[in-house]
Amino acid sequence: MLQKIGIKLIVAVALTALVTIGVFSYFQTRNQKEAMIEIVKHNGTQLSEIIKMSLHDDMLLNQRKHIYKLINRIGNAGEGCIKKIRIFNKAGEVIYSSDSVDIGTKVDLKDENCYLCHAANKPLEKVPASDRTRIFKSESGSERLLGIINPIYNEPSCYNSACHTHPKSKKVLGVLDVTFCLKLADQAIQKNQFTNLVLAIVSILAFSLLIGLFVKKWIDKPVKKLVEATNRVAIGELNQPIDYESKDELGILARSFNNMMKKLAEMRVQLFQSDKMASLGRLAAGVAHEINNPLTGVLTYSSFLLKRAKDNPELQKDLEVIVRETKRSREIVKGLLDFARQSTPKKNKIDITEVIQNSLSVISNQLKIHKIKLEKEIDADLPQITGDANQIQQVLLNLIVNAIDAMGDNGGTLKIKSEKISLIPYGVKQIKRATCPKGHNLMDDEHKIDGMPSIKLLAKSGKNEGFVHLDPIYGRHQHHYGIQLKENEILKLYCPVCGVSLIDEEEKGPHCGAPVYKILIPNQGTLVGCTKYQCSWQKWDYIDSKGQQDYVKIQISDTGHGIKEEYLNKIFEPFFSTKGQKGTGLGLAIVWGIIDNHNGKISVESKVGKGTTFTIQLPVNELT
Amino acid sequence: MVDKKTYDLLIIDDEQVIIDAIARIAGGEGFTVDSSLSAINALKQIENVNYKLIITDIMMPEMDGFQFLEELEKRRISVPVILTTGFSTVEMAVKSLLKGAIGYIPKPFTAEEILSVIYRGMEYRRIEKELKNNLFGKKNSSIIYVPCPPKYYRLGHNSWINIDNEGLVFVGATDLYLKTIKSLKKIELMKFEENIMQGSVCAKFETEESLIHHLLAPLSGMIVEPNYKLIDEPLLIEKDPYFRGWLYRILPSNLEAELKNLSSCSSDRI
Repeated sequence: MLQKIGIKLIVAVALTALVTIGVFSYFQTRNQKEAMIEIVKHNGTQLSEIIKMSLHDDMLLNQRKHIYKLINRIGNAGEGCIKKIRIFNKAGEVIYSSDSVDIGTKVDLKDENCYLCHAANKPLEKVPASDRTRIFKSESGSERLLGIINPIYNEPSCYNSACHTHPKSKKVLGVLDVTFCLKLADQAIQKNQFTNLVLAIVSILAFSLLIGLFVKKWIDKPVKKLVEATNRVAIGELNQPIDYESKDELGILARSFNNMMKKLAEMRVQLFQSDKMASLGRLAAGVAHEINNPLTGVLTYSSFLLKRAKDNPELQKDLEVIVRETKRSREIVKGLLDFARQSTPKKNKIDITEVIQNSLSVISNQLKIHKIKLEKEIDADLPQITGDANQIQQVLLNLIVNAIDAMGDNGGTLKIKSEKISLIPYGVKQIKRATCPKGHNLMDDEHKIDGMPSIKLLAKSGKNEGFVHLDPIYGRHQHHYGIQLKENEILKLYCPVCGVSLIDEEEKGPHCGAPVYKILIPNQGTLVGCTKYQCSWQKWDYIDSKGQQDYVKIQISDTGHGIKEEYLNKIFEPFFSTKGQKGTGLGLAIVWGIIDNHNGKISVESKVGKGTTFTIQLPVNELT
Repeated sequence: MVDKKTYDLLIIDDEQVIIDAIARIAGGEGFTVDSSLSAINALKQIENVNYKLIITDIMMPEMDGFQFLEELEKRRISVPVILTTGFSTVEMAVKSLLKGAIGYIPKPFTAEEILSVIYRGMEYRRIEKELKNNLFGKKNSSIIYVPCPPKYYRLGHNSWINIDNEGLVFVGATDLYLKTIKSLKKIELMKFEENIMQGSVCAKFETEESLIHHLLAPLSGMIVEPNYKLIDEPLLIEKDPYFRGWLYRILPSNLEAELKNLSSCSSDRI
């Protein structure tokens, strides 16, 4: 559970929130508490001052009774929150108190309440108000109390009065000590603390919950999809792309993953095909080899016997049958061997139109039987191609027979179309020589891409420097970067030999507007490409205009039942058949192999219930 | 020094039935036959016995036919060799002749087919021997066969090509090949627009002894023009095998690649 990235993120975020909100709440609570106490102290001091002022005249006149009364009255006011009012004389003796029990008792001047002023031998006369307050627990310990000591200073009216109790030299005559309860303030503080705590907890929870939701939506779900997709890839399912559309990094990852799966699927088909064809070839070759030896025994002895049986016509006739049939077996085995061994078709210049006509004449009877209409759209002036006429005919016959089967007995239309097309060699043509403007060779035989020497360039990006190996196939983008690059970074490219810049700042690539690099192809113009990292734009005018590759395109369409989409990428696999016992599942695999060996391409389009179209492209001149 | 025993034929094949069949047929024609079930044993036998001609299978365990050929060359044993295989592809045929075999016969073969090759092999051996004697001055030097002209290419000692200025190629049989056929009676040619393939049969030569010899094509391509004169006058090919006695003019289909399987006649002369 804790291993999950979502949970980890939530825990991390919650911890962060806990610390920040906790610290914030702590100081907030403390400040509020201090402010509250400050207010209470201030109020207390003022009250103490008021009491002192009220008693001033009575003390001067020594009206003791009056003083007792006043102190008692004030002590009972304030809803019982004024706990005690006491007046001490210099010796620490209580002379007045709202609690009559205290009168006459004496406090120790060493007591900590007194210590602040009486620490030194001579007591301090002036002490700031804040230092004269103290907070302490009541004797029962249930509530906090605030004590305020207010010194009563000597003044002219005191030492000039008739009683002459106080000498002039005394500065402080005694202290007024008022004790309040802090009940209200403490209640407010507690309430504050509670509110802050609740708020903190609620915000931490809300924070984590929100983060959790986003994590689930933005990370958990796509990651889960990615994991499911990798698992599908692991069991070989490559045709289910990840359904996650987003522009964030995970979206990019999903798209690259889909792209990878597509490429992987294509490669797997190719590999599977080659592999199957190769094992089929080995099997057939093995069978042919093994059968040819015993056949040699039969053929040599029978033909030898035939030679010696010239005077026995009856025997001769029988032997002729053996020899003839053995020779027939020989042809069958030879056919099997040739059939499996398609790696080298017997190529000649062939007229594709003639091959099409031959195929159609072979199959015309079948078309009539199945009431199939034939539509021909054949370009009679097609150029000759290099190929094996028998193999191409085999391909066409196979596709036509498939089309007939797909249409069944209900009839339909078979359409055969042929034409010449020209394709730009973009993505096909190999760059074999390349130089910098000073004529230094840029081809690197050591570093090969897809088995072909690459184009080596020196690349600089900020302070980094490294080599970039460009894909030698014009328009393909399998470059190897030997330097760390950021997305959309614009590269600076130099000749690795002389260091001359290959960038043309004045010309911009049409896709991203970045400057272009220019590489000279001896006698074949200039290769221009975009310098932006991951931009695949390239242009080679010389080849685009001159080196257009001519292809003969043949399309065979039927109006049959069509092929289900999930089968489309499987039909060229060996042993894949939808015909049950009727087919071997090898027909289209062999078709694929033949076209592949002719450096051609075959593709299929199909709609269930509408029909299927196979398209073959064969190069007129073999690519060099 | 005791003279080594001499056999006409040594047959090497890992299958006894093949040895028996060839021995039976060759024996019927009066040839003496020895055999071996492996090429390694055969090499041992060769040390003690003289053979005029060797027929060997290609695909054998331990040492195959091609390795056997190389081994013979290493040991400077000049016995003509004919290769045969059940894996009868054109590549095998081409490789056999390129590696120095004087003949190639795909399995399965008829009695006539194997006999034709054996007779041709024997004739080859005779010519070679005569040539050697000439070199040592035992006889008055006379040209025994005409080698192919410079700038020509040849497939083994069977057939030659000559590329003309128009990109077309002349195809013919070498003089040595024709000399091994002995008494030529009739030539069977392929037709205009038919395709010939490197390593497959492109012409049949029938002799007075009614043996039929197969000539393997040196190059693939479409026949633009067969030499019709040869039908009426087969002996023209013997008189002028490299010029007027050509067999076909062809449009080559894969000249560059197939040229690698041919030997240059120019380098023969150095």
